[in-house]
Amino acid sequence: MSDFVSGFWSIYVTGISLVSIVGCGVFLWMQSTAKQAEGQTTGHVWDETLEEFNNPLPNWWRWLFYMTIAFSLFYLAMYPGLGSFAGQYKWSSAGEYESEMKKADAQYGPIFQKFLQQDVRTVAANAEAREMGQRLFVTYCAQCHGADANGQKGFPNLTDNDWLFGGTPEQIKESIAKGRDAMMPAKGVKPDMDAEQIKDVANYVRSLSGLAADSIRAQRGKEVFGTACAACHGPDGKGAIGLAPNLTDKVWLYGSSEATITETITKGRANHMPAFGEFLGEAKVHLLTAYVYGLGGGVAEPSAPSVAAPADVAAPNAQ
Amino acid sequence: MLTHDKIERNVGLLIVLTVLTVTVGGLLEIVPLFFQKSTTTPANELVKPYDPVQLSGRDIYIREGCYNCHSQMIRPFRAETERYGHYSVAGEFVYDHPFQWGSKRTGPDLARVGGRYSDLWHRTHLLNPRDVVPESNMPAYSWLDRPLKDGDIEAKMKALRVVGVPYTDDEIAGAKKALEGKSELDALIAYLQGMGTAIKQVR
Repeated sequence: MSDFVSGFWSIYVTGISLVSIVGCGVFLWMQSTAKQAEGQTTGHVWDETLEEFNNPLPNWWRWLFYMTIAFSLFYLAMYPGLGSFAGQYKWSSAGEYESEMKKADAQYGPIFQKFLQQDVRTVAANAEAREMGQRLFVTYCAQCHGADANGQKGFPNLTDNDWLFGGTPEQIKESIAKGRDAMMPAKGVKPDMDAEQIKDVANYVRSLSGLAADSIRAQRGKEVFGTACAACHGPDGKGAIGLAPNLTDKVWLYGSSEATITETITKGRANHMPAFGEFLGEAKVHLLTAYVYGLGGGVAEPSAPSVAAPADVAAPNAQ
Repeated sequence: MLTHDKIERNVGLLIVLTVLTVTVGGLLEIVPLFFQKSTTTPANELVKPYDPVQLSGRDIYIREGCYNCHSQMIRPFRAETERYGHYSVAGEFVYDHPFQWGSKRTGPDLARVGGRYSDLWHRTHLLNPRDVVPESNMPAYSWLDRPLKDGDIEAKMKALRVVGVPYTDDEIAGAKKALEGKSELDALIAYLQGMGTAIKQVR
């Protein structure tokens, strides 16, 4: 409350508040001390016989009013209200919030701490942790990855064995805490690729995972793939963790139809997983990592050396 | 003495006293807000005026009535900060004219939606929310993928400058160019992605 631009405003608020409150009290007192007898009228007469009584205020009402005045003065002495005066209780909404958080931390902190001390694989096997992880997942992750973690077009399925950025506990944790950015440039590294060549490459890409494809186009597409796409997806289209998806499996982030693949090549793709580390804190990220790891797709060791090099992620603590 | 009788028989006096009585609340609860640092200065250096694209997005937010179902005000309660992030503070809204605080949450609060989802998610979700959140009851805004109208952006920015948003002449002159080739969807997403990013909750 000490943030008025000048001291005047504090005096202004205090002055008007106190004058109004005291004024109400004085006015009420004046009204109740006026000598009036029961049944006296104001002296007005309307419509020949209509008169108005000028009875004194009922006592129960008058005393209630005095009590509200006393309460407001007590309130303003204890709580912030009178300008810059913070009140005897030093209450503030931010302080109230801090104490609420402190209480919750004391209550729930040890539960989170217990799991934070454990290895992700151990936590993943714990039923209580899985339940907590599921609640967290449904609150923070399900909007994109779905409540069942099966993902959808553009949002990866987390229950299978196909990992874009790696399925080890460390890699999953990094994905959650720091987020991920993925970008496929339009037409790969061959910006002069024409529409026919794109169609050829699309057919070749389909043939890689055994989908129906025009064999002549696929044959032509293989050459274009070698110059335009192999730099990231590898000469065999198997990709690499953190660099480019594997094109030879049955998992498709955006779809496997020729039209979709053509669109992907023509326009490129940009995708982004937001970072949740700062927002959720280490303990919740740890639980979420274990939950995602435990969904079935988690792998023990990286299947390919990680290009993203998550060197700054600490190894999980031993129990 | 000022009696009941005197006030009642004197309309001018009655008006003056009535106005005095009913303005006390406003004089105390509204006027001082214009003279408080926390309500008139940006919360930190990250609080910036909306760029032309975000500003256009803000107007689409208003046009589509988003505020009818979404608030932009995280209250300082644990139940809210756990879900949405750091509670809102007055200094985050100094360039908002008018505020979009809202008072009803059919959908979630949006005060810190910026950066929470990817652009792709917003695009999919705005065009048809059920595509990403099957149980969502938000209407589909399927018409938003159309060119943005830029006709009055300069006038809008000038009007905002009058009420204290520090747009420079160069920014206003470049506004139309900034909107070139943008769709309404782009603008709305730019607005959403900038929301509440000045203050981060760090655990």
